[in-house]
Amino acid sequence: MVKVKPWLGTVLIAIVLAIAPLVVGASLGNAWVRVLDFAVLYIMLALGLNIVVGFAGLLDLGYIAFYAVGAYLYALLASPHFGLHWPVWAVLPLGAMVAGLFGVLLGAPTLRLRGDYLAIVTLGFGEIIRIFLNNLNAPINITNGPKGIARIDPLSLFGVPLSKPIEIAGYTLSGVMLYYYVFVALALLVVLVGVRLQDSRIGRAWVAIREDEIAAKACGINTRNVKLLAFAMGASFGGIAGGLFASFQEFVSPESFGLLESVMVLCMVVLGGMGHIPGVILGGLMLTILPEAFRHGAGPIQQAIFGKVLLDPEALRMLLFGLALIAVMLYRPAGLWPEPRHRRELAQ
Amino acid sequence: MDIFLQQLINGLTLGAIYALVALGYTMVYGILGLINFAHGEVVMIGALTALAVVKPLAASGLPGPVVLLIGLLVAVLVCMALGFTIERIAYRPLRNAPRLAPLITAIGVSIVLQQLAMLIWGRNYHSVPALLPAEGHEVFGATFTELQLIIVAVAGITMAGLMLLVNRTRLGRAMRATAENPAIAGLMGVDANRIIALTFVIGSALAALAGVLVSANYGIAHYNMGFILGLKAFTAAVLGGIGNLAGAMVGGVLLGVIEALGAGYIGDLTGGVLGSHYQDVFAFFVLITVLIFRPSGLMGEKVSERA
Repeated sequence: MVKVKPWLGTVLIAIVLAIAPLVVGASLGNAWVRVLDFAVLYIMLALGLNIVVGFAGLLDLGYIAFYAVGAYLYALLASPHFGLHWPVWAVLPLGAMVAGLFGVLLGAPTLRLRGDYLAIVTLGFGEIIRIFLNNLNAPINITNGPKGIARIDPLSLFGVPLSKPIEIAGYTLSGVMLYYYVFVALALLVVLVGVRLQDSRIGRAWVAIREDEIAAKACGINTRNVKLLAFAMGASFGGIAGGLFASFQEFVSPESFGLLESVMVLCMVVLGGMGHIPGVILGGLMLTILPEAFRHGAGPIQQAIFGKVLLDPEALRMLLFGLALIAVMLYRPAGLWPEPRHRRELAQ
Repeated sequence: MDIFLQQLINGLTLGAIYALVALGYTMVYGILGLINFAHGEVVMIGALTALAVVKPLAASGLPGPVVLLIGLLVAVLVCMALGFTIERIAYRPLRNAPRLAPLITAIGVSIVLQQLAMLIWGRNYHSVPALLPAEGHEVFGATFTELQLIIVAVAGITMAGLMLLVNRTRLGRAMRATAENPAIAGLMGVDANRIIALTFVIGSALAALAGVLVSANYGIAHYNMGFILGLKAFTAAVLGGIGNLAGAMVGGVLLGVIEALGAGYIGDLTGGVLGSHYQDVFAFFVLITVLIFRPSGLMGEKVSERA
């Protein structure tokens, strides 16, 4: 076998990442570049959740709350709602910090809980955040209630707003493509942080806690601080992704932050392979692109076979999603692309 | 004072329903150590099935209670079959899998049930025909309806029956033995698989009953009604001490009362800043508070940390 140069893979991935939106935009249209943007956003979210669930083994079913915190913070600080227009450089890091704070706020009281209990409490936390977002329009209008906040400032870098197309060397890059490159750059940063964390002292402490908390404690790991750190880190990634989401959509409403979204992100992590960064990326890609393809395909295919649309494509999509969850867990309980270390353990 | 009494009556009614659903969670948790996330959806299926039977029958001129009884019977049978199937397909193959796996299949099952219900019954809210007497009676300035009385009575009798079943019969002893230690119970001649399946079936029957009662109480049924109800019932089970049957009942009633009183008074207490649409938040605050200060619940035994 020919020995492949290690940098070759990196270069290949870079090329694919760079030309993907151009190819997709030219062949399938900008709507699909938008899907790609969302895929990258969700991958960021899934990587954040992966720290909490995959590395530290703390099951979090309310993760979308941090996404909501980041999104609403951006919406409040950069929209006509309060008349504030803070720059991205200030809002995104602030969003990460505030979301991280919320992570600690959630983590602190739940540290003693394990497994299923933790799942339910985090789920409750997510719902509480959503209920507050929905109702904090009276007596003082903070979140504008169920109507949401509109006309949020688009992302702008060095004075160039990303929402308008720009021309480079005779080639027009549309807004969604520009967003894509920004998202990918940040996602790569998140991946880098994730990989470095995994191999760090903290990352090993997380894995130790996941595998056996009592033994980890006995080995001198300060489990309280390390778990809190996992919550805070995961949450701050969610906060950044939320800010990006708000600027990309230019609109936020409580509807975007329901339990189903939390479940979706968790499924990306679990289906892809918990604790394994490439697996999580695969999970994120699959779960954003496949349902979207299905949404576009299901109507016409039914039309072609039965002559009319028998079943609502949206319901059908969710139905298949549920069935896929069950099937994957039954046949591959460790996920589609599990961590090699896990695989070894399972094989023994 | 009359607000207090009124909300107490409403809370008791709601609490009786929570208790019925909570029993399903607690029984399964007691035996398998698993949160059956799909349980709330079984309640929903029960309510909608009963409705589908009741609606055409109500026009036929049969007396209301008889129609409701037929609907209830069908709903219970459907839900029992459903509970059995869920256990067989989604939980049994994963009994020795990583802890997260059954949780994910449970989420999958609840998504599937919800979407199926949506495909069958549509997205609309269905109004439930009033088949039971809803006459109001006044006590100390508060009103309770006969419907509320019936709900509390039916729930109470059912729970008493369940307690008898679990504590006094051979089957109940087998269930308790399996909950204690499945392997040893197996050595004593208990077919653990059968007992677990039965637990799911009984829990689902209770869920169907709860579904019928809750839709009668609110006069409305919807494909999305199961989730939040299930969550609250789970909170009730945790509040009482999960795995403990009496605890689930106490927890359910307590949660119903807390919620009703909270919704009744929150406006006054906060000077109108927070309104009764925060009602759903109470359950979660109760849950979080209980888990922080008394993770084993009010009546649960102290469990040591799993090694």
